[in-house]
Amino acid sequence: MNLTLRIWRQKGPEDKGRMVTYKVDDVSPDMSFLEMLDVLNERLILQGEEPVAFDHDCREGICGMCGLMINGNAHGPQRGTTACQLHMRQFSDGDTIDIEPWRARAFPVIKDLVVNRNAFDKIIAAGGYITAPTGSAPEAHATPVAKADADAAFESAACIGCGACVAACPNGSGMLFTAAKVTQLSLLPQGQPERYTRVIGMVDAHDEAGFGGCTNAGECTAVCPKGIPLNTIGRLNRDYLAATAKRGGTPGS
Amino acid sequence: MDLYTEGDPIADAKAPDGPIETRWERRRFEAKLVNPANRRKLTVIVVGTGLAGGSAAATLAEQGYQVKSYCYQDSPRRAHSIAAQGGINAAKNYRNDGDSVHRLFYDTVKGGDFRSRESNVHRLAEVSVNIIDQCVAQGVPFAREYGGLLDTRSFGGAQVQRTFYARGQTGQQLLLGAYQALERQIGLGNVEMNARHEMLELVIVDGRARGIVVRDLVTGEITTEMADAVVLASGGYGNVFYLSTNAKGCNVTASWRAHRKGAYFANPCYTQIHPTCIPVSGDHQSKLTLMSESLRNDGRVWVPKAKGDNRAPRDIPEDERDYYLERIYPSFGNLVPRDIASRAAKNVCDEGRGVGPGGLGVYLDFADAINRLGRKAIEAKYGNLFEMYERITGEDPYQVPMRIYPAVHYTMGGLWVDYDLQSTIPGLFVIGEANFSDHGANRLGASALMQGLADGYFVLPNTLANYLASGPFDKVDASHPAAVEARATVEDRLQRLLAINGDRTVDSFHRELGQIMWEHCGMERSEAGLRKAIDEIRTLRDEFWQRVRVPGDGEGLNQSLEKAGRVADFFELAELMCIDALHREESCGGHFRAEHQTPDGEAQRDDERFAYVAAWEYGGTGQPVLHKEDLKFEYVHPTQRSYK
Repeated sequence: MNLTLRIWRQKGPEDKGRMVTYKVDDVSPDMSFLEMLDVLNERLILQGEEPVAFDHDCREGICGMCGLMINGNAHGPQRGTTACQLHMRQFSDGDTIDIEPWRARAFPVIKDLVVNRNAFDKIIAAGGYITAPTGSAPEAHATPVAKADADAAFESAACIGCGACVAACPNGSGMLFTAAKVTQLSLLPQGQPERYTRVIGMVDAHDEAGFGGCTNAGECTAVCPKGIPLNTIGRLNRDYLAATAKRGGTPGS
Repeated sequence: MDLYTEGDPIADAKAPDGPIETRWERRRFEAKLVNPANRRKLTVIVVGTGLAGGSAAATLAEQGYQVKSYCYQDSPRRAHSIAAQGGINAAKNYRNDGDSVHRLFYDTVKGGDFRSRESNVHRLAEVSVNIIDQCVAQGVPFAREYGGLLDTRSFGGAQVQRTFYARGQTGQQLLLGAYQALERQIGLGNVEMNARHEMLELVIVDGRARGIVVRDLVTGEITTEMADAVVLASGGYGNVFYLSTNAKGCNVTASWRAHRKGAYFANPCYTQIHPTCIPVSGDHQSKLTLMSESLRNDGRVWVPKAKGDNRAPRDIPEDERDYYLERIYPSFGNLVPRDIASRAAKNVCDEGRGVGPGGLGVYLDFADAINRLGRKAIEAKYGNLFEMYERITGEDPYQVPMRIYPAVHYTMGGLWVDYDLQSTIPGLFVIGEANFSDHGANRLGASALMQGLADGYFVLPNTLANYLASGPFDKVDASHPAAVEARATVEDRLQRLLAINGDRTVDSFHRELGQIMWEHCGMERSEAGLRKAIDEIRTLRDEFWQRVRVPGDGEGLNQSLEKAGRVADFFELAELMCIDALHREESCGGHFRAEHQTPDGEAQRDDERFAYVAAWEYGGTGQPVLHKEDLKFEYVHPTQRSYK
């Protein structure tokens, strides 16, 4: 099939950037979306133009490195699918496709479709862990975990940190990402000792990094390639409330 | 042979002798320690943030060392360990099904076709149990049973259920555990994290590894980073084949640069071809996707009995199907080790009984399992894999059998290390897939995660301390002549790549190199094919340096420049792999030489001549030099592997 692409080109962080139109012909429906971009880039290089920079690595939907706004949808039109797993059979001959980077205050553009998501790492560094220095662990079966809790923790732990939730959110909020980690660790017995310091630390780091607040728009969960549900944010809010009460402050202060 | 010369043999003198189950304990006790106050004064560079690098960096920082960590991805959480699906082995024997440390040791030595070191493998089996404890304490959400205890399943090459898992995302969950421990140390200021940085050279001062030259992939800035020791955890080199299950960025550059500086490269020809991957769909293919080996627990592999039978799979009656693994290997059935399953698939396709486009595929059929257990149970176990298959192929595996074909997945070879995981360059340690140490000629399923975490959490932190305790080493900085020279090498090379301005893209060369390697150094190798491959690689490499086009400049993000440097190193590695494969005139594990097979087509080892590790010294512009390390088997007597 033959396609028209309108792609965001931006030379660097200081460049204003603009949409540029490219034609791509002979696209096979069995290609992945990124393979279609590969085809374009091969051609651009031979024409003496700079190829389009985009992030990608595993190309099997798990590393979270790829992230494209495709026709205004984070990761494109197919639910529960990262851009790298999206295949061209989801499109039709003659389509025009807009491709843009994640846009959020906390994710500045580096070049073309590549953004800096370091803010996510900072949120994890502020509490998204269980303190268990190597060698200190008790026997694994010392603490059974109810299967329901383990399964629910796994559902939240499936987050790949791609940032689609932020890109889709009208407020540029990273709350679904933050809540997924808070939920995973607060469901497990091993996560209890740090439960309340964790949620405060992570939410503070989230706010400091320039993410917006959550207003329950729900766009995040709609685009999440791993289907992290919105109620994880409810769980975060409960823990946050409990934590601030314990601390004796008011929420958000 | 005319392609290499032979040097002195090497002995791995570091492993203590005595009863095998006491060796690691004794080594740890004999290791010198660094007192906590002195650890703060010592800097360790760790390249790579996968299971090995991430766990090592976190653990070293917990112990009090100053750690500098590097990865080419935008976050340490994205290292390719994240894509491991099936599970992690550990000799917990929670199933009470006859497992033990000794049995895991035995299975791994046998699975590796008797080409690994007994001492290393035993240590791996010993610490496997600690890994599970550590990961559970970190909050890794392993699959559990209703009683709240950990669930396990079977994997290839074993008859016990010792594989712990987190649905089909075990690697992701283990890596996030290590990543979170690493982030905690970053937050505490004990680790300086440098994401989007690529190591391009090793700095050696007075015979010791003392630093690396890195390029900041965002700004293009080249810097020299000095330390008291360097740890490479930069993964395997499967992308030399272009198409593999590795992430697109996986590369051999860190290892190859160290090799060029004197680190021996061991057993480069030992590559693992994984039997269950989604077949290639066209020339545009950029990577291959694995379908976890765990699927072989419930899926049955078959092809039609008749050649060229192109009926739809559901229209082929039961008695016209050949469940060839169950037929040839009745005791292990669909769970034979990877090398055996891959070659069997190749054989039936070579006979003209393959299915799907081009006849390069076999069925992996879940119809029996769905009938027996119900669709829901299958969904719970493999749901994410089935969805992934459908997204990629457009076919629903609940309705029609999956089509699978072998693909390059893992490399058992890597930089040579001693029992302490130290390379032939003092102060350069190599862990995880980047080293060669534990899997022999074939890695068993669910053992890569085990080895990565064993090295990073439990082995390296002990053996590295022993090395650092032999200091303090002279203070050196980036103005040292050796560091200046290393940096100049990097800058020259980048400039050279940018200046060629030819008429072919990096990817076109990489793809062509991959085709040569897959054809001649893939599932089956022969003398004639390997010689042809070496000629073709040399010709193509010359062409690369004359005709490649790398657009843009070295300032700022330039993904073509990154790829060009990696492919240039793959060219050199590819030749060494073929030489290694050519010199090893036997078949073992993943290395199958057409000339050396049993009458029924199984790998024919030659223990008289080849029971050694082939450690290659870089020959510069001349020929590589082979150093042999003899393998001794005191506990597991080498036999012809039989899974029948």
